[in-house]
Amino acid sequence: MTARPTSTGTTAPPRPADDAPPSRPASSGPSGPRGTRRGLSPAARKRAEIAFFVAPALALMAVFIALPVLQAVRYSLYRWNGLGPLDDFVGLENYATALDNPVFRDAVSNNFLIIAVSIAVQLPLGLLVALLLNREIRGRSFLRVVIFMPYVLAEVVAGVIWVLLLQPRGLVDELFEAVGLGGVTQLWLGDPDVALWTVMAVLTWKYLGLAVILFLAGLQGVPEDVYEAAQLDGASWWQVQRRITIPLLGPTIRTWGFLSMIGSLQLFDMVWILTGGGPANSTVTMAIYLINQGTDRGLYGYASAVAVLLFGISLVLAVLYNTLVLSKDRDDAPRPRRQKKVAR
Amino acid sequence: MTRTALTSTPRRTHARRAASAVVALTTAAALAACGGGSDGGNAGGDENTLTWWHNSNTDPGAGYYEEVAAAFEEANPGTTIEISALPHEDMLTRLNAAFQSGDVPDVYMERGGGELADHVEAGLTMDLSEGAADTIEKIGGSVAGWQVDGATYALPFSVGVVGFWYNTELFEQAGITEAPTTMEELDAAVQALKDAGIQPISVGAGDTWPAAHYWYYLAVRECGQDVLTDAVTSLDFSDECFVRAGEDLEAFIGTEPFNEGFLATPAQVGPASASGLLASEQVAMELAGHWEPGVMQGLTEGGEGLGEKTGWFAFPTVEGGEGAPDAALGGGDAWACAADAPPVCVDFVNYLLSDEVQTGFAERDMGLPTNPAATGAVSDPALADLIAVRDSAPYVQLYFDTAFGENVGGAMNDAIALMFAGQGSAQDVVDATQSAAGTA
Repeated sequence: MTARPTSTGTTAPPRPADDAPPSRPASSGPSGPRGTRRGLSPAARKRAEIAFFVAPALALMAVFIALPVLQAVRYSLYRWNGLGPLDDFVGLENYATALDNPVFRDAVSNNFLIIAVSIAVQLPLGLLVALLLNREIRGRSFLRVVIFMPYVLAEVVAGVIWVLLLQPRGLVDELFEAVGLGGVTQLWLGDPDVALWTVMAVLTWKYLGLAVILFLAGLQGVPEDVYEAAQLDGASWWQVQRRITIPLLGPTIRTWGFLSMIGSLQLFDMVWILTGGGPANSTVTMAIYLINQGTDRGLYGYASAVAVLLFGISLVLAVLYNTLVLSKDRDDAPRPRRQKKVAR
Repeated sequence: MTRTALTSTPRRTHARRAASAVVALTTAAALAACGGGSDGGNAGGDENTLTWWHNSNTDPGAGYYEEVAAAFEEANPGTTIEISALPHEDMLTRLNAAFQSGDVPDVYMERGGGELADHVEAGLTMDLSEGAADTIEKIGGSVAGWQVDGATYALPFSVGVVGFWYNTELFEQAGITEAPTTMEELDAAVQALKDAGIQPISVGAGDTWPAAHYWYYLAVRECGQDVLTDAVTSLDFSDECFVRAGEDLEAFIGTEPFNEGFLATPAQVGPASASGLLASEQVAMELAGHWEPGVMQGLTEGGEGLGEKTGWFAFPTVEGGEGAPDAALGGGDAWACAADAPPVCVDFVNYLLSDEVQTGFAERDMGLPTNPAATGAVSDPALADLIAVRDSAPYVQLYFDTAFGENVGGAMNDAIALMFAGQGSAQDVVDATQSAAGTA
């Protein structure tokens, strides 16, 4: 909070002090005694200051975020193949077609299934691994690296490797056969009933590391004395985890849940590499459907409508999650929360 | 700090979280939203420079096209040709972007059909009917795929046909002495191969179009030429023969002739692709176009492909079909000029189709030349056979997906791929195509 040099000396010191309290009763503290340019109330000055610092970021957001979204909304009202002028206005027809399209509906339900399964599988698994890796065990840092490695690998590289492993008679099949489980081998990516689950297994492999690292970081924030108190009371390891660690890890878990949800909604690259949305649309996600219709089919108007729907669905979910889940962490400000934690 | 700061913090985080979601998701929106705004403009910038994009990015093609460009520059002093030799898929992606921005290279490849019609409608492609009248006459019927409303917009330099490539040795092992000529014989061959423990056919259904070729060919066999010609322009598939083609295909899929996991098999990329399986002798045959020997060479270590064991037979006939038994399914590539290209562009594409350049093209086995003066120069025996098949066919039906354009063709391919997965009926293919045509 630095005052701009030009403003000093141009105004008389007492004026702002007189002006400030009526205009900003609650927050007069910091800005009150400072000098302002003539004719500019402290409130306006502050606003100008904010505008000055925020404008570049807002301009970038406007050009690269707001504008494309608005453009997509505009395109979505036309039938347009990407070439030539926009002249075939169809209103909301593209939206109706999308909502009526079975493949799009499959894509939406696949996305929701992926959200549910990612959270249902990665949360307990991630917690378990994080709790284990938080204990003093031999080779702990090595294990942490191993768990985190898939997350660091580029998505496309990991995808291509998995495609090779999962081919019919590929390494995965051979491994199963080597341990006498030849019967469970499948057409991992080639069977419409299996492919989505294969994709989810690969996603779990890829993203478990993120959950574990976040949870481990959260665990470092749990104060030692709470554990000591619990141990004095004779709590078992499981009791300690269940009653102390996991509740105190709440904010971290909720943040991870948000990241996981958004990641699942945007899911594109891994699926694109593994299956391209097939076989028989069994692994299609909204993003894949969007690319298929847009770049491959040249239905840019329709694909824009799908993009807007994807945007809408994500926005609604994000806002819901924010108000229903993340608000817990927001309502109590940092200081009181720490006290509450210790007291609990 | 103060209260303002405290209360504003959550709001900001809130805004930022929402914003991060927005950022992530608008990427998707932006992807779809990009493009638009055509400001035209000559890619090369000046009247004496031609930009030329082609996909012969490896030798001998790449070197040959450099020679060709140099020879043209010498014959036309002051003209410079800027070549971009791109890998095929890259070229298609970049061309797509170029069409959307309106900044099209002066000389580029057109695949004809509905795609070309879209480019013509958007005013991106030059009418060559007058400037290349002599060449068009020389090439003859092949040009039809690159005409819109009677005007010619591109000059096909390589046109091939689709058929079965097979491994002669595996056929022998299975006791098949003669290549199948009817669907019944094909069924028998499939059974014989299975009995011998050989996977009969590979198909890259993961990429949809290789699977769709089966339906196309059955439609060519089931439907008369006039029905096909009508359907391509009217997009009306109400003729019963299209449903019959689907039923034939369903019956064929029912005999389970395809490689393990064919629904996810890619067409040409990698050793586990349909072409890779044929090249590594894991399957006995594959339905593919004239590019197949070249693709297989790229997928084998010694660059041999199937070598001596390569065999080819035409798509079998269907009993009672109304189509000509020797009609073929095929397609090709043509040189086109951008609408705003300098006039010398027409001279250049004419030169590319000249006896001299086409003969050089044929001698290097770069494709199946369309200029009759060059067809005799093809040295590869498999390609030479294909030229004979192509030139003796009463008509060559352009691949339906190309003929109908990305939208209708894509919908058709998807519906056919679903049939391969056992999730669509003969009627579904027709319905999906019709409904896409309605929303095109």
